[in-house]
Amino acid sequence: MGGLQAGPVERVDHDYQLWEKRVDALMVLLSRKKRFTVDELRKGIESLPGDAYDRLTYYERWIGSIASALVHRGTISIEELRTKLADIEKRPDGPKAKNAAAKP
Amino acid sequence: MTPRFAVGSAVSVRRGNPPGHIRTPYYIRGKSGTVERICGEFRNPEELAYGRSGEPKQVLYRVRFVQKELWPDYVGPASDTLDVELYEHWLES
Repeated sequence: MGGLQAGPVERVDHDYQLWEKRVDALMVLLSRKKRFTVDELRKGIESLPGDAYDRLTYYERWIGSIASALVHRGTISIEELRTKLADIEKRPDGPKAKNAAAKP
Repeated sequence: MTPRFAVGSAVSVRRGNPPGHIRTPYYIRGKSGTVERICGEFRNPEELAYGRSGEPKQVLYRVRFVQKELWPDYVGPASDTLDVELYEHWLES
């Protein structure tokens, strides 16, 4: 991609996780409500630092771009985002619990 | 908006390197091709990317390029072409 070396293309179908479907749905809703455009989404993704772009998965790039644009636009505040992320951390099915369960 | 270029016209891509969100790939800037079709008119993505209206709409063209003219080390057949969709403000005659 972009003239860089890349591995083979995985041609198998894979299931999307629930959160990935939610990110997609969020994009559809924001577009319909004229709060966001696909061009803003692309700009945000292309502005990611190279190492972040490589490290993140497809929908992680999307949600990163959406979140930063909504903060820029004032649709959500940084404080709201921070509070929500902290709430998610505490959930029984949150990332901390999942990481703990994944350890042998 | 009346299209400035007709199907079949020879066009060149501007060589500019402006800041901002640009949908014209670097590798195609400064190259010459032929208008393959007129796709219609659309709001300008360079403006939409910053949350602005993107109006007035810009004519979008599909422009055909010869692969050998794009890549100095291209080894495929001379008949190979590449189509790129480009907005009118990126094209000149």
